[in-house]
Amino acid sequence: MLCDDCGRNEAVVHITQIGPDGKIEKNLCEECAAAYGEFLTPQQRHRNVSMNDFLKGIFSNAPDQEGRRLAGQDELVCPSCGMSYRDFQQTGKIGCAECYRTFRPQLEPLLRRIHGSSVHRGKIPHRTGGTLELKHEIGMLRQQLQESVAQEEFEKAAEYRDKIRALEKELLQKKGGEEYVNE
Amino acid sequence: MSMNDLLCKNDLAWLKACGQDHDVVLASRIRLARNLRQQPFPNRADFSQLSEVLAEMDGVLPEIQKAIGQTFDRADMERLTPLQREVLIEKQLISGNLIKNPQYRAAYVSADRCISIMINEEDHLRIQCMAPGLDLEKPLKMASRLDDLVESRLDIAFDEKMGYLTSCPTNLGTGLRASVLLHLPGLVFTRNVSSIINVSPQLGLAVRSLYGDEKEQVGCLFQISNQLTLGFSERELIDNLKSAVNEIVAHERRARKALALYMKERLEDEVWRAYGILSYARLLSEKEVLELLSKVRLGIDLKLIRGVSPDCYSDILIGGRTSFLQNLAENENLSKNETDRLRAQNVRKGLERHRMNPEEHP
Repeated sequence: MLCDDCGRNEAVVHITQIGPDGKIEKNLCEECAAAYGEFLTPQQRHRNVSMNDFLKGIFSNAPDQEGRRLAGQDELVCPSCGMSYRDFQQTGKIGCAECYRTFRPQLEPLLRRIHGSSVHRGKIPHRTGGTLELKHEIGMLRQQLQESVAQEEFEKAAEYRDKIRALEKELLQKKGGEEYVNE
Repeated sequence: MSMNDLLCKNDLAWLKACGQDHDVVLASRIRLARNLRQQPFPNRADFSQLSEVLAEMDGVLPEIQKAIGQTFDRADMERLTPLQREVLIEKQLISGNLIKNPQYRAAYVSADRCISIMINEEDHLRIQCMAPGLDLEKPLKMASRLDDLVESRLDIAFDEKMGYLTSCPTNLGTGLRASVLLHLPGLVFTRNVSSIINVSPQLGLAVRSLYGDEKEQVGCLFQISNQLTLGFSERELIDNLKSAVNEIVAHERRARKALALYMKERLEDEVWRAYGILSYARLLSEKEVLELLSKVRLGIDLKLIRGVSPDCYSDILIGGRTSFLQNLAENENLSKNETDRLRAQNVRKGLERHRMNPEEHP
């Protein structure tokens, strides 16, 4: 069979294109097939599995602890950018900041599998971070306090305690901080 | 500083042979991934949204220039020719991802070339800071400062629990990728590199060969970086990487010492042959330059070659790349032979530029 496009070479690739005009089927030679996109060219076929492919696999094969939830999660759609959970499973990429809120229950087990954790412990932006920066600092100090108590370094522990109290006071004065301190 | 300098000069301050452990660690790099809160991430944004992101960042740029005290070159990917884009990739100032769809993609590169901010790559913002030798602190400080500057003007996507929100969940949390460029000829010759590559995932680190694939490591260059980004502070991530790098540096030095002790003549022969070919060859392929240059650098670091400064390395590393040469010749259709001839000429010039009095060698 000759190539449908150039009509000169032997057709070796069969492609099916689904577009706005419906389904188009073509038989192409290697040269013409290359023009249809990189994914058809032979070099690509030899390429190893990319990091992205690998992640995609992980995302789409997430074990579902409850079989019920799986049925619902495919239809989940982000209200902000319109990305569905299925899109994410296919591309491995999140669509927007809102998506993280929408898919949080599905994402958290995934994050634990990728990072071993699902709680951020690094830098916090000053403006959009809210009172988190203070809370974070207090949390860190509490941890240090416990460590120094465990090692019986009570002078250091007292220092940490005073620092924590000062920060808690500061937090109380800020909006939204009350509930945290009272916890 | 102009666009022309950005493309045609091959001096990158962060590849200079200086800084801590520069005999093994060529450069350190910090990358922060950030996104604006209101816009969808680049992979789901349309052209108007991408252009808005770019416009917002363009608005912050003057402030960044003022605060950092450096001018930045603004490289608009759409306006560059494909060859020019390749040159920026060869210099590791931008990533291949940025030019997949060049529309509304840009990079701001600082005058000293140690900062590159990519707009609309996988995330809205990719802040990259580099430094020579093993020095992750300075770039982290700079990147964090740039992040603060942007954040003071624009709302950054952030979640109390998940940290900085990124397009790919593998960058979530700190959005930090710290990486170090290592030159490991000793471990390659003594065939010990694979054990390092195999152990690193257990430490949450990834090692990859910079040029070439798993089977063949061209130029003995390796990049090691953190894999995890969530659940650890920036400090912890960097300290973990640094302790692994210190270990590798110690192993590499031991391997070099063993080579110098047990294979002295063979080593000297290899080094001087490499130096001879680079100094006199008339046709050189890209791969050949990378391989020979690695040996010459090893010779300089082991003080076998004393008449050349180690800075010739970065000069030739960039000056020997194909796209760089084609761009310099203003001809992207150079034949392989012509390119190889130009390359050999450029390598000879590079060595000549860095020749010095043997007594001057530190």
